Amino acid sequence: MSLIIDTVYFITAAVFIIGLKQMSSPVTAHRGIVWAGVAMVVASLATFGAPQIALDIGSINLQLMLVAIIAGSAVAYVSAKRVAMTDMPQMIAMYNGMGGGAAAAIAAVELVKLSGGEAGGMGHGLTIQILAVLGAVIGAVSFSGSAVAFAKLQGLMKKTLRLPLHQVINIGLFIAVCVFGYLVATSSPVSFDHVIIFFVLAIILGVMLTLPIGGADMPVVISLFNALTGLAVAFEGFVLNNAAMIIAGTVVGSSGTLLTQLMAKAMNRPISNVLFSSFGSDSGAAAEEDIEGSMKEIQANDAAIMMAYGQKVIIVPGYGMAVAQAQHKLKEMGDLLEARGIDVKYAIHPVAGRMPGHMNVLLAEAGVDYDNILDLEEINPEFPTADVALVIGANDVVNPVARSNPDSPIYGMPILDADKAQNVIVIKRGKGSGFSGIENHLFYADNTQMLYGDGQKAVAELIAGIKQL
Amino acid sequence: MIEGLPALYIFMLSAFTGYEVISRVPVILHTPLMSGSNFVHGIVLVGAMIVMGEAEGTLELSIGFVAVAMAAGNAVGGFVATIRMLEMFQTANKQQGAN
Repeated sequence: MSLIIDTVYFITAAVFIIGLKQMSSPVTAHRGIVWAGVAMVVASLATFGAPQIALDIGSINLQLMLVAIIAGSAVAYVSAKRVAMTDMPQMIAMYNGMGGGAAAAIAAVELVKLSGGEAGGMGHGLTIQILAVLGAVIGAVSFSGSAVAFAKLQGLMKKTLRLPLHQVINIGLFIAVCVFGYLVATSSPVSFDHVIIFFVLAIILGVMLTLPIGGADMPVVISLFNALTGLAVAFEGFVLNNAAMIIAGTVVGSSGTLLTQLMAKAMNRPISNVLFSSFGSDSGAAAEEDIEGSMKEIQANDAAIMMAYGQKVIIVPGYGMAVAQAQHKLKEMGDLLEARGIDVKYAIHPVAGRMPGHMNVLLAEAGVDYDNILDLEEINPEFPTADVALVIGANDVVNPVARSNPDSPIYGMPILDADKAQNVIVIKRGKGSGFSGIENHLFYADNTQMLYGDGQKAVAELIAGIKQL
Repeated sequence: MIEGLPALYIFMLSAFTGYEVISRVPVILHTPLMSGSNFVHGIVLVGAMIVMGEAEGTLELSIGFVAVAMAAGNAVGGFVATIRMLEMFQTANKQQGAN
């Protein structure tokens, strides 16, 4: 029986890798995730045959296990089905946090067993104990950190929160977690109190690490926690001697790290900066001093004329478009303009929205052609030839201070050169600054005009305006 | 039993595999891919089930219960979210073909 299960795990790990590979192309992506899903179901079913699980319906362990599986699946299924596409980032953060929590809980059971003097699923051994503790720390941090990320994106929590001496507290917490982790990992038998303190500290550390991080950095953070959960799963896989967990967890850990690096690179902020400093904390004020010009308002009809009689329009969507659910209207407007022979392109900044590719998903939902969606390197040379750059709900990713002002916190971040278009129209709800809290010089430029209002309404007005022409 | 050097080899090779598999992904698929890899680490469900099977006493059973429920949530939620995202790309594809 055990040989069959091991074979199933072996095949599962292989299918996961093939599935992930297939997910890197739009043509095979759907097939890839379905294969991975089938493998997951088969692996879970096979696990019922594991020697550790008594297949006796009278067993309280089995009963509770089935209840837990059904309850967890049902809640996740309903929430994943119901959630709006725009809220997907926080849902991914939540599911990821659950995975991290599960890994930490596995370690908790094993460590509690050790504190009772039992061998548990793992043999006694320093290496195994250290791995369990490492997985527990990483899983617990990922769990509570993802929960905070979820709360922030869901709007349940203030955007950034900094305690006095936040950095010092974090360092202290980190040292405390290390000390108790060391105690738990090296002692035999393990002290039950130490295990409890260790987990509480690790959970608090995850919260404290995530609290000061602003909305603009969330994609990087979610991706990082995703990689961390993978690593935690791999470590617990070593503890339980489970090859499927080791391989799948490690693959996610390394691919997630790469994805995190790609994102951090796009923002030109090292990962350490994202984690240990928050946007606009000290230097934000310095960047506001030298703004020239003033914001000029434009009416929707004038903006519609400007676009309808141009040759080329580049649309720059940001998080504001997601919030306003304006992607369908935007697509409708794009079609109208294209019908008039105008070249319509969509410019996507790598970190626009709350996740890499967030904008792509939303535009795909609205049915926008792939070929018209271009990323930073492709579209930037085209801005000078565009008659209109329509910025909708994007802010920091088009802020020219990233090129010009070395004092600005976003200095050096690659941006979309929307300011180089002949005319810039910015659709914006109000006059406030973006998530980073930095004033956007683009809004004050001579060729920029502001169209105030909710994204969806503003685009609807633009559509009405174009139709009248 | 996987331990010692063979375990390290598995770890290293898996790490390189993950890196290679992801390295040439178009930006357009970054979110579905993150969601997909989020689903893949839902395999933690298998470990949670094994631990739950061995749990003894109220405390262990309670933690095990939480572990299994959260792991199942990770797997199912990750899967459904990924499928929903990818279906959108499919619609875009079909419309593109129709045009």
